[in-house]
Amino acid sequence: MTEIVDASGLSCPQPVLMTLNKIKALNKGEIEVFVDTDTSKENVSRAAQSQGWEVADVTESGGGYKILIKKE
Amino acid sequence: MGQMKRFFGTRWGIISVGAFIGVFAPLLQKLGNPGNMGVCVACFERDIAGALGLHRAGVVQYMRPEIIGFVLGALIAAYAFREFRPRAGSAPIVRFVLGAFAMIGALVFLGCPWRAMLRLTGGDWNAILGLLGLVGGIWIGTLFLKAGYNLGRSEKTYASVGWLMPLIMLGFLILLLMFPQVKGEPKSGILFYSMKGPGAMHAPIAVSLIVGLSIGFLAQRSRFCTMGAFRDLILFRIAYLFYGVLALIVFAFLTNLIVGQFHPGFAKQPVAHTMHLWNFGGMVLAGLAFCLAGGCPGRQLFLAGEGDGDAAIFVLGMIVGAAFAHNLGLASSPKGVGPHGIAAVIIGLLVWLR
Repeated sequence: MTEIVDASGLSCPQPVLMTLNKIKALNKGEIEVFVDTDTSKENVSRAAQSQGWEVADVTESGGGYKILIKKE
Repeated sequence: MGQMKRFFGTRWGIISVGAFIGVFAPLLQKLGNPGNMGVCVACFERDIAGALGLHRAGVVQYMRPEIIGFVLGALIAAYAFREFRPRAGSAPIVRFVLGAFAMIGALVFLGCPWRAMLRLTGGDWNAILGLLGLVGGIWIGTLFLKAGYNLGRSEKTYASVGWLMPLIMLGFLILLLMFPQVKGEPKSGILFYSMKGPGAMHAPIAVSLIVGLSIGFLAQRSRFCTMGAFRDLILFRIAYLFYGVLALIVFAFLTNLIVGQFHPGFAKQPVAHTMHLWNFGGMVLAGLAFCLAGGCPGRQLFLAGEGDGDAAIFVLGMIVGAAFAHNLGLASSPKGVGPHGIAAVIIGLLVWLR
């Protein structure tokens, strides 16, 4: 099951904080993160990779981005 | 374009931006800006408040083109890379007050984080206390963040809303060009100018503007932030932004050394005082406010340039805070802290720590 982190409209460092909290809670799996700036997209991707998660897909969504990260 | 876009998101990207600022800030000083103040966002916004007559501290009045350039450079970068996203509505009143207190704290130390680093690389050891205070304030801020503090979501809004701060800056630029400094006169048209003191020291307008535009462009691309550098390190152990700050310090030090602007010591530093506790305390207040607002004063300008109306409110809060600081005797001077500066720092900290 894909977990969802909705960080749209939130500014630095909330999107990263929320994503890392979710990563810690799950340990592995799939998470969809919603953000609305390029900065948040980069920060979330960087943070996920630093935890050994893979950025599987980034798509535009409602004027922002949907980032799919996963870890087997 | 795509390659350039990717480059600035890499470690070498942010290092090159920090290096650019590190070289050009001391050069702006060489060309006329005040001592260890090649670039200082807080000081320069304070000078703008003075140029507009919001405060009447005669020695700090100048419409600084660097600040105008920061916002407009970020605007250009945001449009060039399709990142202009008008947004607003995340706790504006809180951001305004945070901006005001950030400025009050910064003016007790006499500099924002940018200038703290430039002061350090010019040999002003008082900056060590300021930087320790900055990191302390940011650390307190990270405790807030861990406890769930946030300012709520912003909403997408009209492009015209995102354009407001860039338009204000364009207006400032027009005023500066319409009413240029007249030698020996404290006023030109509606703008105030300083006859002496830091406000009277400035690089040529064109140079200041071009360097400001360049820094604004590059910093928007790389997300350069002197507060985020420490926050991300403390909170996430992510060093990306920290490399930018490190590069700024290394290159500013080398540039100062080469052009003869490195004068180590505590006493008699330009636009500085030696009251260690309040150099530290002022920056604790500023660091905390920057952390709670999500960006250093430079970053707030770059965000305002890419359409962030909440960052724009923070900038206006800083400009108004500067007016308060000088009108009410909260700001320091080379003689030491202002008559009410200590009270202001304590009240500021109590407000946020309550």
